[in-house]
Amino acid sequence: MPLDNVVFWVFAPLSVATGIGMIAVRSAVHAALFLVVNLFTIAVMYLLLDAPFLFAVQIIVYAGAIMVLFLFVIMLLGVDQGSMPGERLLGQRATAVIFAVAIVVELATAIRAGVGFATRAPDGFEAANAGGNPSALADVLFRDYFFPFEVTSILLIVAAVAAMVLALRRSKVLTQREIEAAR
Amino acid sequence: MRTPIAYFLVLSAVLFALGSAGVLMRPNALRIFMGVELQLNAVNLTLVAFSRMHLELDGQILAFFSMVVAAAEVVVGLAIIVAVFRRTSTVDVDRASVLRG
Repeated sequence: MPLDNVVFWVFAPLSVATGIGMIAVRSAVHAALFLVVNLFTIAVMYLLLDAPFLFAVQIIVYAGAIMVLFLFVIMLLGVDQGSMPGERLLGQRATAVIFAVAIVVELATAIRAGVGFATRAPDGFEAANAGGNPSALADVLFRDYFFPFEVTSILLIVAAVAAMVLALRRSKVLTQREIEAAR
Repeated sequence: MRTPIAYFLVLSAVLFALGSAGVLMRPNALRIFMGVELQLNAVNLTLVAFSRMHLELDGQILAFFSMVVAAAEVVVGLAIIVAVFRRTSTVDVDRASVLRG
């Protein structure tokens, strides 16, 4: 059995198991920790698919920054009491499970028809990755996708400003004259 | 690489379904958000798998952009959840039923 097959069959069940754990477990903190493990397994999949740069970015951005933000908000709000017992809508969970199974069946059928379960990726990805994956990605990013890249920077600034505006505690704004009058 | 590419696609389909089940099952806004993150990651995995299959880097670039947008989305989304929590003292999406601030 080739090594990448072994790695896949170790990490794919782990990925599915942590995904199930994330939606099944009661505590929000535990769900977040399951999600961290899940993101790590997806990072390993990127490594198997010859995308080492995305592997690093996945761990730094998702497992690092985004999950820390999640855990920080969970701790800050103190909302780890779990969901309320029972369901609000009759049969909501059963419907969700049926819906999820339907998605899997539909997508598996589509994959079987479109790609085929036995199709292997062709060799020769080294040509696309010439000079190393990050360097090759940078070539494509800054040549073909330069305008989207610049738009992304605007998006990040808008997101940062929006987060500050939303998180601002609305206190009464004092003008300079009122501060002077208070003295 | 000896692993068939469809295995990655099926794994990503399963993860997407788990994420959507997580979105639909829980009334807690934070849990819903985690489900959305799982869905985004499943789609990223599909993009990278197709990038490997077609020997092009464009799929990886798109996954990269998707990560950036997801980061922005998490920042704004969590800020909205914090703002809703300040007003209603709950992150239950059923309680936050009015759009009026």
